[in-house]
Amino acid sequence: MLSPLSTHRFLGRVFAMMLALGAICLVPSLNAQDTPPQNTAARDIPLISGGLAFFTSTNGGNTTYTPTLTPLTAIPVGPHVLFESRATLLESFFPQGGGKGYTTAHFVGLSYAQIDYIFSPHITLVGGHFLIPFGTYNERLTPIWIMNLQDGPLLYGIGTMGSGSGTGGMVRGSIMANDRISLNYAAYVSAGTSNEQVSSSRSTGGQLNAFLPNARLEIGASYGRLLEHPQSNAIGTHVWWTPGAFPLQLRSEYAHGPHSQGYWVETAYRLSQFNGDQSTIGRLEPVFRIQQTFRNSPGSDGLPATDTQRIDFGLDYHLPHEVRINTSYARRFSSTGDSNIWETALIYRFLFPAWRGK
Amino acid sequence: MNTTWKRLSLGMLFVAALPLLSQTAKDKAAPAAPVHKQAGNISAQTSKEHDGQQVWEQNCSRCHNAPQGFSSRISGTIVRHMRVRAGLSKQDEQALMRFLNP
Repeated sequence: MLSPLSTHRFLGRVFAMMLALGAICLVPSLNAQDTPPQNTAARDIPLISGGLAFFTSTNGGNTTYTPTLTPLTAIPVGPHVLFESRATLLESFFPQGGGKGYTTAHFVGLSYAQIDYIFSPHITLVGGHFLIPFGTYNERLTPIWIMNLQDGPLLYGIGTMGSGSGTGGMVRGSIMANDRISLNYAAYVSAGTSNEQVSSSRSTGGQLNAFLPNARLEIGASYGRLLEHPQSNAIGTHVWWTPGAFPLQLRSEYAHGPHSQGYWVETAYRLSQFNGDQSTIGRLEPVFRIQQTFRNSPGSDGLPATDTQRIDFGLDYHLPHEVRINTSYARRFSSTGDSNIWETALIYRFLFPAWRGK
Repeated sequence: MNTTWKRLSLGMLFVAALPLLSQTAKDKAAPAAPVHKQAGNISAQTSKEHDGQQVWEQNCSRCHNAPQGFSSRISGTIVRHMRVRAGLSKQDEQALMRFLNP
């Protein structure tokens, strides 16, 4: 645990580093000041979005019910600044065991609350509490209105530094983008905080992504280093493919940590080729995911304690008015015992301006 | 400890310098107007909307479905959010804005 003096010194260094980055970026930003598209002032109204869901999960005959709310807000300030945040509020109802009925537990946490400053066409400075850019799941697929399957991948704990969020600064943006390739990057430093709602570890890391528009192929690499005890490195890579000719998503990721490693591959195919995505059949989306984790040594990284394989078969149904139903069956194999997991979710996604306009 | 911080600082500066290098190269190479393969028989406005649709399909829909409608008053906020999240370039941001507000 850091002393207050060390924490202040660390935050001072983070701040100094961000200032240095800002200074080095100043010259090009003056040359090419990023001006927003015209006539956007009336369209920059703060928004409120998020998801409201009711999850059920049956594992080994025990069913857990979890109503969840994840509110999100985005508030633009001037032409270059955006404040955005997302939180999770949930109540979990689960059996106590021994026929004693159900008990409950609740959780309230802040996924992120950050200020983004679009400094130049290629640089955005981020400060505050942010999602750690490692792999793809944490930043892109954790919103409940986006995820195809209720459970995250088994390897989620690698590189995400415990809570999945960092507190400090990040620089990110587009390196280049043309018809052949789009490159973007993210690099961060985080201080350690032990607050239950805003927890993070002292860490640093970054990510580099390349997207090939013609092939619709994305390849990326991630690195993370835990700076507090026990200091350790994590690396990861991902490949995503979304062919334009048909509505298939192919996502895969590999990560290696100090005590374990693993991969997952997920495919989803929206049946919109059958009379369009608003037809009865076209609203269906079968999902399949296979994943495997390998335990090299004991560790508290959140991965299974023994080598584990898991396959998920999902069937999602996209109803009108931003409502979807997710169902899935999973079989988990490990030396400690195999198990079946049945899951359902009813999810509503909302998105509207923060106030009524004229 | 100090060595680690020096390495981290150098690494961060290097990452920050990458876009500056590419920015310089891009500024020199950037065409006056975007080139469209199908520009022969469609209007410039439609072509720009096509660009925005392409940005949407290649960036936003890689992760999520399109919202089933939203107020145009928050389109600028959505685009700015996507610029940060998806690492959109300035040109992509503008094309997406035109696509959402034809």
